[in-house]
Amino acid sequence: MVRLDVDIGALRLKNPIMPASGTFSEDLADVFDLDLLGAHVTKTITRGFRDGNPTPRVCEVGGSMLNSIGIPSKGVGYFLENVVPFYQGYKTPLVVSISGNTADEFAQLCAEVSVPGVDAIEVNISCPNIEEDGKAFAIRPSSTFEVMTKLRRATSLPLWAKLTPNTGETSEVARAAEEAGADALVVANTILSMAIDIRTRKPKLGNLMGGLSGPSLKPIALRMAYQCARATKIPVIGCGGISTVEDAVEFLIAGASAVQVGTATFINPTAMVTMIDDLRHYLEAEGLSSVREIIGTVEDGEQREGIVFMEAAP
Amino acid sequence: MSNIHHLTPPPRTAYELELEVLSNEAVNGEYRLLVLNAPRGLLERCRAGQFFHLLCPQMGGQAPYLRRPMSIYGFYPEREELHFLYKVTGEGTRALAMLRRGHGLNVLGPLGKPFTIKPEWEQLVLAARGVGLATLAPLALEARRLGKELTAICSARSESVLMSVDLFRHMGANVITLVDEDGSSSVDNVEAVLNTLIDGPGIDAFYTCGSNRLLKLLQKVGTRHGIPGQIALEQQMACGLGMCHCCVRPFRKDGGIVNLRVCREGPVFDIQEAVAW
Repeated sequence: MVRLDVDIGALRLKNPIMPASGTFSEDLADVFDLDLLGAHVTKTITRGFRDGNPTPRVCEVGGSMLNSIGIPSKGVGYFLENVVPFYQGYKTPLVVSISGNTADEFAQLCAEVSVPGVDAIEVNISCPNIEEDGKAFAIRPSSTFEVMTKLRRATSLPLWAKLTPNTGETSEVARAAEEAGADALVVANTILSMAIDIRTRKPKLGNLMGGLSGPSLKPIALRMAYQCARATKIPVIGCGGISTVEDAVEFLIAGASAVQVGTATFINPTAMVTMIDDLRHYLEAEGLSSVREIIGTVEDGEQREGIVFMEAAP
Repeated sequence: MSNIHHLTPPPRTAYELELEVLSNEAVNGEYRLLVLNAPRGLLERCRAGQFFHLLCPQMGGQAPYLRRPMSIYGFYPEREELHFLYKVTGEGTRALAMLRRGHGLNVLGPLGKPFTIKPEWEQLVLAARGVGLATLAPLALEARRLGKELTAICSARSESVLMSVDLFRHMGANVITLVDEDGSSSVDNVEAVLNTLIDGPGIDAFYTCGSNRLLKLLQKVGTRHGIPGQIALEQQMACGLGMCHCCVRPFRKDGGIVNLRVCREGPVFDIQEAVAW
């Protein structure tokens, strides 16, 4: 029997497949038994009520998706009263995704959701920080370190830092999160993007710009997961464009200890369940007894000082 | 936390299934009827006003990527048939039109809140235009099953694209057809038709879908005469299940405006709560 269980710090998951925040909710229980998953990851919540962005909030681009949902949230009170009890009906660990406009607000919410029934907190530091003129905390190592330090003090639960691809300092941001006490890194969030209707000349999203997710994001997220796994000693959870078991295995080989599946669930609600089955079959076919045997096994030769981009042929 | 009350996980209510295409034919110059072979158990779960989220085939390209919501036109457990009526308007419906007998189509559903018919409502009136009538067609079946009187006000650009008239008649509905060609579909005339019905057999409830003008008119007439109603709304969706919050629309509720998910809190809403677009 192949073993699928993995450890994310002190938290043991029965398999490495879990949903990405924002693409999962209690509603998915209509389609399959949620206890099949490695973990449950909630949609990001905020302290107070948030209505979200104007519509249209989604459009498709070349086999991927742009969204500008805008983190609608019913607030922490509603969450503790209704959502946490729902997930307590399951054995699967509950990971709560949180966001705040300022580091202090973030830390306060972190403390508020540190309640029995919650097994880890995923901090969405990829969203705009009001104190930093709208730049996401995770764009820079300094703001990442600052907010993660405050979050670390606010809870004793495992803290997962969800990083952004909208940075040029991936490894530095990852190390800053680790130094500030993150227990794991979720790599990564959506990439800032845009689409325009050439007939009306209007942006296709009501918020003008949005986040790219789906298969187009995968090579970028995979590269980041690889960089983060090399730059830190804490577990990396791969996230970005994972639609099939092959995608998931690529992330595991690159160094991720688990993966999150997002947009693929919109296309096939049972995508995660299929992936868990397929992962078992893949490992059996490879003659392996545990998924742990493939984590971080990328054949990348000697570690290089830096990345040299090949120039395009003339 | 001591006040946490454990909830029992809900049972499955929606299914992701690959269904076989039985036929996919043009019914007039604009609309096509897609008939799928579906398990009886799935069809017995369907209700008028609900929808399926269709994974449109990718014919030689990447698009369409996201699923497309499609209201149920007909569900017949005894024949194991699920029907969708659609108009080819974009990449998703263009891809659907490519399906041939024997092809598979991945569907997710049934989804969303259905229409309701209260026991005390005897005289039902549905009014819609174009493909909006497709969404209301199963309501006629339900009305017949419940022994209700139904009047269907079917509006269209021309006689040639009037939808579902025969179906409504077959269900025993009193059908009134109105078209742009002779001006009979004007808002004023629809209002006159409604007033005639109110003065005659009376109207206990309205049902509509798809037309902003009809929505406003039914809200006005409903308010004036105290007639309740329901509307099935459409909105672009990603997940169809309530997870993504893409498909919100504004509604009047509790003295203010709130955003509700069309896929989850709808697609059927109280007609007076809907905000015209």
